[in-house]
Amino acid sequence: MKFFKFILIIILPFFILQKNLIANDNSILANKISKNLRCLICQGQSIYDSQSDFAISMKLLIKKKIEEGDSEKKIYQYLKDQYGEWIVYDPELNKKTIFLWLFPLILFTFGGLLIFRKVFIN
Amino acid sequence: MKKKIIYLLIVLLLIFIFTVFLKGLYKPNLYTPSQTSNKNLIEFSGKDLFSNIEITSQQLTSSKKFTIINIWASWCLPCRSEHPILMDLSKNPNLNLVGLNYKDQSDTAKKFIYELGNPFSNILVDNNGIISIELGAYGIPETFIINSNTEIVKKYIGPLTNESFKEIEKIINQ
Repeated sequence: MKFFKFILIIILPFFILQKNLIANDNSILANKISKNLRCLICQGQSIYDSQSDFAISMKLLIKKKIEEGDSEKKIYQYLKDQYGEWIVYDPELNKKTIFLWLFPLILFTFGGLLIFRKVFIN
Repeated sequence: MKKKIIYLLIVLLLIFIFTVFLKGLYKPNLYTPSQTSNKNLIEFSGKDLFSNIEITSQQLTSSKKFTIINIWASWCLPCRSEHPILMDLSKNPNLNLVGLNYKDQSDTAKKFIYELGNPFSNILVDNNGIISIELGAYGIPETFIINSNTEIVKKYIGPLTNESFKEIEKIINQ
């Protein structure tokens, strides 16, 4: 009997701790996702920051999806399908956004070349 | 000559940036999701406001040619203004009207229906707003028209008007 009690005392906290750790991981992921989503009601605020009804429900939905085992990528894709690409802060690399992604790189290269010329060649 | 080319390039770049910003000024700042998309309706289930029985989306969409899902709440003023239109739509035999009661209190929701009439065959309760978000709604009232293949044919953001009533009739009678 004593042995069982001992086992119970050792194992029970382990399970509780593990459950809490999983819950904690889930809420970290939920916060991460909601920080990268725009609120459609308070446009300019993220879902994480917004306190609108829409944002509150969205946070609950994200938690539900994570608990169901959906990956971060799958959740973003699902929301993009429902609300359009606008909902995520990070724009995808596609035909429409290629200039947006490449322009800073072009400027950086061009600026770098100018500096290189000024410093080393002149 | 080289300097002239560089100046020309800079001026062209500035003109380009100016045009982009000028175009941006005339674009509306508020984003609204697309209203016409032939997306499939997600599967969901919820409890009926009156009978408290769990109903699935399949049960809701299988009976008629078209199904309308209207998201409403008793605390929402525009929902009150669009209610007569829903009452008119409920007379159409090809149409099944389903209500989704968004973040509402059961008593006030029932009072709203008793007072203004019940156009819906079923009213599902969406206490935490998750079903509405899964449907792709972001505010209320919002109305979805779904065909027999469970495709969302049209979506109305905001209250239904007389024009939208005519549009819906046209879609249904096609």
